[in-house]
Amino acid sequence: MAFIPHTAADIEEMLAAIGVASIEQLFEEIPPALRTRNLPAVPSALNEMQIGRLMMQRALADGQPLSFLGAGAYEHHIPAAVWAITTRGEFYSAYTPYQAEASQGTLQTIYEFQTMIASLTGMQAANASLYDGASAFAEAVLMAVRLNRKSESLRVLVPRTVHPHYRLAARSITANQEIRLEELDYARESGRTSREALERYAGEDIAALAIQQPNFFGVLEDVDALSTWAQSRSIPIIAIVNPVSLALLKPPGEWGGGADIVVGEGQPLGVPLSSGGPYFGFLATRMQHVRQMPGRVVGRTLDLAGRPGFTLTLQAREQHIRRGRATSNICTNQGLLVTAATIYMSLMGPQGLERVASASHERARELIAAITQVPGVRAAFTSPFFHEAVVRLDRPVAPLLAALAERDILGGLDLTGSYPELGNALLTCATETKTSADIERFASELRAVLSSAT
Amino acid sequence: MSKVPADLKYTNTHEWLRELPDGTIEIGITDHAQHALGDLVFVEVPEVGRRLSAGGSYAVVESVKAASDVYSPIAGEVTAVNSQLASAPELINQDPYGAGWIARIRPAAAATGLLAAAEYEKLLREEEPD
Repeated sequence: MAFIPHTAADIEEMLAAIGVASIEQLFEEIPPALRTRNLPAVPSALNEMQIGRLMMQRALADGQPLSFLGAGAYEHHIPAAVWAITTRGEFYSAYTPYQAEASQGTLQTIYEFQTMIASLTGMQAANASLYDGASAFAEAVLMAVRLNRKSESLRVLVPRTVHPHYRLAARSITANQEIRLEELDYARESGRTSREALERYAGEDIAALAIQQPNFFGVLEDVDALSTWAQSRSIPIIAIVNPVSLALLKPPGEWGGGADIVVGEGQPLGVPLSSGGPYFGFLATRMQHVRQMPGRVVGRTLDLAGRPGFTLTLQAREQHIRRGRATSNICTNQGLLVTAATIYMSLMGPQGLERVASASHERARELIAAITQVPGVRAAFTSPFFHEAVVRLDRPVAPLLAALAERDILGGLDLTGSYPELGNALLTCATETKTSADIERFASELRAVLSSAT
Repeated sequence: MSKVPADLKYTNTHEWLRELPDGTIEIGITDHAQHALGDLVFVEVPEVGRRLSAGGSYAVVESVKAASDVYSPIAGEVTAVNSQLASAPELINQDPYGAGWIARIRPAAAATGLLAAAEYEKLLREEEPD
């Protein structure tokens, strides 16, 4: 079966219509030096059976290790119904399902998603999603600079406790707009954003302050104090949150006087780890900022007969209308993953999500208690944490993680590269998917590896 | 044919200016402009105190179809903005030269290149065939 819909006759007809003799002639204005005729590194085509077998072999090679790796993507139980419903043809196959006349079901799903995200974050409006947590943060930086019209500055304060990948992505996306992301250091004992580092900016013109809760170390920041510091100076606040944690923690809408923009990685809501993607980002805000919000937004309205219905709204500032002056160049959303997240949240409900969050927190406490009993392992910080934490080891982390991997355990993330000042630091995580037996196994393997010759 | 009050000055980008007795200049968009944009749903006004350059964008008017920049016809500092537009953007559609004013400016320099009503009408006749 051919998956390319144009027949040779179609192509001939189209070329004739535009007065070009051949495909070759159509592209002849591209200089030969820029054209790649052969792709020697690309292997020849495989059929479905062959590719299925290859992919199965690769998946088996990855194995199914016992994972204590978090650091931004989290393993949660996904009820079987989530992807059974998400992969129904009505949800799965419709590309760009935004035409209101034809796509009421999809539009309603996105509307429900926005409502759930707004409710979780304590905000009044949310968009239809962005690519991932890191790009959502970058969009939030651009949005904060746009909405802070009192400030002449393009300086945004970003704590070092914000995920290093988020900081890198935001830097890449905002650098050419002359936005400066200035890093705030953290207190070495608590793992929280340092108040002294913040006070150095008192009296300076700052466009926005970012706060991640729980922060990259898993630590709970003093969000009220940070928010109040910014709000007393009319500095907008960008909150970066784990949506599951919000079932237990105070929503950003209630931090101090309330955050202005809330973003995060949506993966924990029903999306499998899947080797790193695709995931989705979310972005929510206050109603007063809604016109600076990037991305697709679905609204509820009435049709000509007065019946309720759903449609894309607030489109006038998007790039298909406003071209180069658009609010952002985001022009789509992660529709399928948002469908899964909406079904996940519907199935869990507020109580279910709270149980996931509580169980994850309990497991993480159990994990840290168990592994800090092992000689050579101690907790890095004194502060409360949500479902992951940093421990310090008495020897380099990388060889230790490799030894654990040989025992089919992913022990966590080596922080040596991003936070060399912490020494041999390991970020390790447990969610509701880990049993006491799993945690005991990790602790005993860790003990075995650490007590063996170094 | 759009309304073009004789006592105002205009720009060829469809803004109007009114000199007020205190020396400040009131600015807005013309009847032709509001008609071309259609029903406005949102107006983003500048902060009081902001310094505008002649020809620079100082406001955004948004209809259901499009969001368009509004350009300042004159350099100066914003002394007042029409706060009613926040809840009633339709004032610009209903009364573009009165209740639909957008901002008042203390001019930094004399404006150049402005059109008198008759000249602006001539421009519109060229743009509006009937």
